[in-house]
Amino acid sequence: MKVSYYPGCTLKTHGKGLESSALACLEKLGITVEELPRWNCCGAVYSLADDDLIHMVAPVRDLVRAKEQGNEILLTLCAMCYNTLARANALMKNDPEKRKTINWFMDEELDYAGEIKVVHFLDFLRDYVGWDKLKEKVTNPLKGLKAAPYYGCTLLRPKEAGIDRFDNPSIFQDCLRALGAEAVDFDMSTQCCGTYQVLGNPEASLKVSFDILKNASEFGAEALVLACPLCDYNLGKRQGEMKNKLGLANDMPVYYFTQLMALALGVPEAECHFELNREISLGFLKERNFLKASA
Amino acid sequence: MSTLDEGVAKTEIAAKLIPIYVMGKKYEVPESLTIMKAIEYAGYKYIRGCGCRGGVCGACSTVYRKPNDYKIYTGLACQTVVEPDMYLTQIPFYPAIRATYNFYELEGRPEEIYELYPELFRCVACNNCTKVCPMDVEVMDYISALKRGDIAAAAKISFDCIQCGLCASRCMGELAQYHMAQLARRVYGAYLTPRADHLKTVVANIEAGRFDLGVKSLKAMNQEQLKQAYQAREMEPATAGEDWKPKESIGL
Repeated sequence: MKVSYYPGCTLKTHGKGLESSALACLEKLGITVEELPRWNCCGAVYSLADDDLIHMVAPVRDLVRAKEQGNEILLTLCAMCYNTLARANALMKNDPEKRKTINWFMDEELDYAGEIKVVHFLDFLRDYVGWDKLKEKVTNPLKGLKAAPYYGCTLLRPKEAGIDRFDNPSIFQDCLRALGAEAVDFDMSTQCCGTYQVLGNPEASLKVSFDILKNASEFGAEALVLACPLCDYNLGKRQGEMKNKLGLANDMPVYYFTQLMALALGVPEAECHFELNREISLGFLKERNFLKASA
Repeated sequence: MSTLDEGVAKTEIAAKLIPIYVMGKKYEVPESLTIMKAIEYAGYKYIRGCGCRGGVCGACSTVYRKPNDYKIYTGLACQTVVEPDMYLTQIPFYPAIRATYNFYELEGRPEEIYELYPELFRCVACNNCTKVCPMDVEVMDYISALKRGDIAAAAKISFDCIQCGLCASRCMGELAQYHMAQLARRVYGAYLTPRADHLKTVVANIEAGRFDLGVKSLKAMNQEQLKQAYQAREMEPATAGEDWKPKESIGL
């Protein structure tokens, strides 16, 4: 099966660990992905103003590139890119009037009407690979790892873009279980991490992220697993600040789910780019012997 | 015997005249002319807004429209042939802010470009820049590359840019794309391309004084001696094979 692949800007720099570990996992699973030969920033946030069509142009242009490539599926890894592209796709599919306006404005491109299916790696695994098949490919199960899956907002909301039901999702847990880990359910797994409020209101964003980590830890999680570079920044990279300002008791290692998947599938550690996570994240994996088996 | 001139009948140069509109005024010009020649034919004289006349300097960018067509067309006046009923004007210069930086203080990181040109992130991918580029540069694609920190891609995609400024004239985000691309190419050339190892050896040899004696003896020569030395220098023969090596290996 051939699949088009949209990386997103952050995955080429600070979020390299998400991309390279995911691509290595796909290879292990025997799936060929083709990065779009030309792509632009998806816009990062889906514009909510009903008539703000100019901000649909960026994501739709990426969808047109996928259509040009001739594949049916556009795979995404970053939860925010997924959300923006999936919602722009739904708009082009379901709203004939706006579709006409956008296509006419982009008259140098192919007309687009939602022909591509935008998927995130998690629902791709569920719907096109299957948890059983993933489990079969695991060579180094993450036995005994108590990992809390953090969904955040953009994988689940709004409903039409959700990869699972938003009130009691299980897709992330199913994935972690297939990798041999213990999935820790916790109250705040679908609460917002603060996202871009980190720029305009950094204290408020710090507080909500702190609450999420605290909550996960109270439910017995040893590590937090997520799918979004911005969530990773707020929940992972700001832990030092949380310690100083809010009295965070213990560091919690934070990983992209693809990094842990890569270890479970026997992908070489270098592909995971753990140097871009906080130091304790790598330390924890060493301490618990999750690295030793990866070739 | 007749001369060549006598044998050739005098022909009238009678190119068909077509109407064009320069800044809204109609002129009849020969259909085979470039826009630049046609404007001169119509009686204008270029003092500025005209440079190389060879399609590389970017001074004569021209915007035009055709009858019953909403599209904006562009071209370099020195390269584009006139069409009947085209409405045109030249945009020889477009104001665009170029950031000031000390190049030697840069390290080649994308963040440095973001700091110098933060408006980069005002791009909404409308693609007006690419559509207006007379050199067919994928302007929006290099802006996208810069946004994701790929300086090498930005440098390569923008390679054909002649800095005419039309991209900046049409930008919704008010970017000066071509200045950003120029910085990307500079950074790419100076900091990101692989270094030539042999160059280090040569520079070290120069610094160690390997050529001092040679230069000194050249400086002591008079003009005649210099000519002789030049003519007697060892040259690679045109028919030399790949294994040819000079007898004198001081420069290697």
